[in-house]
Amino acid sequence: MALMNMVSALNLALNEALAEDDRVVLLGEDIGQDEGVFRVTAGLMDKYGQDRVIDTPLAEAAIIGGSVGMALYGLKPVSEMQFSGFAYQGFHQVEQHVSRFRNRTRGRFNLPMVIRMPYGGGIRAIEHHSESREAYYAHTPGLHVVIPSGPRNARALLLASIRDPDPVIFYEPKALYRAFKEQVPDEPETMPIGVAQVVREGTDLTIISYGAMMRPVLEAADELADTDGVSVEVVDLLSVSPLDTETITGSVAKTGRAVIVHEAPRRCGIGAEVIARIVEKSLVYLEAPIRRITGFDVQFPFFARERAYLPSMERITHAARDVLAF
Amino acid sequence: MSVGLPWQAKPLDRIGRAFAVPRKAIKIKPKVEWLSILAGDGKVDESLDPKLDADRSIYLYRLMLMARRLDERCIILQRQGRIGTYGPCRGQEAAHCASTIVMDREDWVVPTYREPGSFYHRGWPLETVLQFWGGFEEGCRPPEGVHDTPIAVPIATQALHAMGLAWAMKLRGDRHAVLCYCGDGSTSEGDFHEALNFAGVYRLPVVFFVQNNQWAISLPRAKQTASETIAQKALAYGFDGLQLDGNDPLAVYVGTTEAVERAKSGGGPTLIEAVTYRMSVHTTADDPTKYRSKEEVETWEKLDPIPRYQKYLLGRGILDPKRIEEIEADVLAELAAAVVRYEENQNADPLDCFKYLYAEPSAELEQQRKEFQTALEREGMIEKQEPRMAQQRS
Ligand SMILES: Cc1ncc(C[n+]2csc(CCOP(=O)(O)OP(=O)(O)O)c2C)c(N)n1
Ligand SMILES: [Mg+2]
Repeated sequence: MALMNMVSALNLALNEALAEDDRVVLLGEDIGQDEGVFRVTAGLMDKYGQDRVIDTPLAEAAIIGGSVGMALYGLKPVSEMQFSGFAYQGFHQVEQHVSRFRNRTRGRFNLPMVIRMPYGGGIRAIEHHSESREAYYAHTPGLHVVIPSGPRNARALLLASIRDPDPVIFYEPKALYRAFKEQVPDEPETMPIGVAQVVREGTDLTIISYGAMMRPVLEAADELADTDGVSVEVVDLLSVSPLDTETITGSVAKTGRAVIVHEAPRRCGIGAEVIARIVEKSLVYLEAPIRRITGFDVQFPFFARERAYLPSMERITHAARDVLAF
Repeated sequence: MSVGLPWQAKPLDRIGRAFAVPRKAIKIKPKVEWLSILAGDGKVDESLDPKLDADRSIYLYRLMLMARRLDERCIILQRQGRIGTYGPCRGQEAAHCASTIVMDREDWVVPTYREPGSFYHRGWPLETVLQFWGGFEEGCRPPEGVHDTPIAVPIATQALHAMGLAWAMKLRGDRHAVLCYCGDGSTSEGDFHEALNFAGVYRLPVVFFVQNNQWAISLPRAKQTASETIAQKALAYGFDGLQLDGNDPLAVYVGTTEAVERAKSGGGPTLIEAVTYRMSVHTTADDPTKYRSKEEVETWEKLDPIPRYQKYLLGRGILDPKRIEEIEADVLAELAAAVVRYEENQNADPLDCFKYLYAEPSAELEQQRKEFQTALEREGMIEKQEPRMAQQRS
């Protein structure tokens, strides 16, 4: 075990993937010499050389579309979008090819590729550096969309994503990159993609979330336990496509109450899908309307206004109390 | 049916050429040139010197100085937490200031994020420029009557807007032009090439002004493109490219003036590559010691455009030491006043994120706004407000 933050944990997974499989290549803007703008690829170009850790020109379509070609040829490209806000320059490749190759070649070609990208607010960044648009990818059939919430699961899920035979959008909560440290096992560890985790057991209320919002959610669970004596169950989705229906609906069947938290806009967000599944499977167990604490259906504000905007522990606690009081 | 476009070689020639022997080089009409007037060593090509009059010369000098002092101030403000991440233009003052001053009021300027001097020249209050980096959307609002788009962060995306503006000018028969800034890195993006292609096809009155500052964050120019020059990329799209010394304000001024005149007289687009250097960090979040040498930076510091222009103006008798001091003091005073105004206007109502999204907010959105307001009041982030009938707009 070693104590590390999420940046180091992601770096560890990339290092392990490069070491275990010579078909793995990393590519992206400023990932080599500069070691990535968040330093996730620190030391990797030095260790594996410029043919395996590749500094590309500034073109996301070429990075993603080029990864498709590499994957077809038998490599396992792991690309980095510098920010999720700049992945749209390659979005047509994701929608038109990355997600479709296996199906349209009737299983003849698959694309074992990962596209990593930091998402989310809270770091006082300039325009286009704070959005959460996981729903675009979750809405696209043929992709996995994985969102870790801490160093240990980030390492395990990234390694699993690289080993996966299908394309994975690996959405990294940049607000958590250096927010806290965790013990991470020395031996390569993976976690299955598409399995949610009950990270805190409880009986009165289920809070469902993922990524950077797991922090205020867990704080809210503590606060509710300490101040209100409420027993909160917390589900960390870890993957928003596929979505682990059973863990979600099983928990809500037990507690009868649910609050869903994400920083992405509300309309057609992951929360809407989660609610649909609860209603489909666990409606009869519900004792109160479900509440969503999410970003609003507006553009993510510039950073002077972001603290007020982002879902907070207070907002989650307040919604939870409403649901409990119903 | 005509193949090819009227200003290209006759279609028959093309087909004839394609099917005829012998093998030979193909000559293309567009050309690439190099332009330098006030060289790094201070030598002046008198035949090309635009000999700007004293007022205009001093205006340009002051503008470049303003860009530099604003830059320096912003780096300090960032360190003190009074603004956020800042992307400095140090070293690129001649490139963007001497080109933007060519544009008329009715022309449009389409910047990226390294042209603070252009904003200032075009009439944006300095505090508005600070607001962008300070995390306020207000920093994106052009003052009335100013024909500029706001800062564009997603690389090369604005090149298409510049093309579209020029397209509309042409469709409307207006004798205006568009000046579009971007970086060397942006020339790798698809948007850049689509913009150039359309501009060539429709012969649009647009000047693409690439500030080749040798770096795109950590990627050096040589690794960005295998082209010998960026200017030559114009050839593929059927128009001229001009590579010029971007640290030479006279070359920048003359090259841009020619390109803008050509654009306005129906001669179509030009691609200008201003060879310059990013003397500072990419942004305040960047550590350039990871990827470039001190020696390289020092070499370019000798080519700094501001001392070079100052020396030239001293030589021409337009500036003297006293005048230089006055301009310096004047710039600093104006800047200090702008910082004060910026800091006096920090009351960012979080509810504003609903205010400008649509002409008419939907009932659904209005509901969300109320929910947000209630939460903010409860959390003490805003004062309790009287319910508003409808959102006010401005
Ligand atoms: C589409 C897109 N991809 C990535 C980025 C992140 N990024 C910001 S600036 C930059 C380098 C730009 O280089 P260049 O075009 O040379 O302009 P410079 O910063 O040197 O002025 C990158 C990669 C971005 N803003 N937009
Ligand atoms: Mg550059």
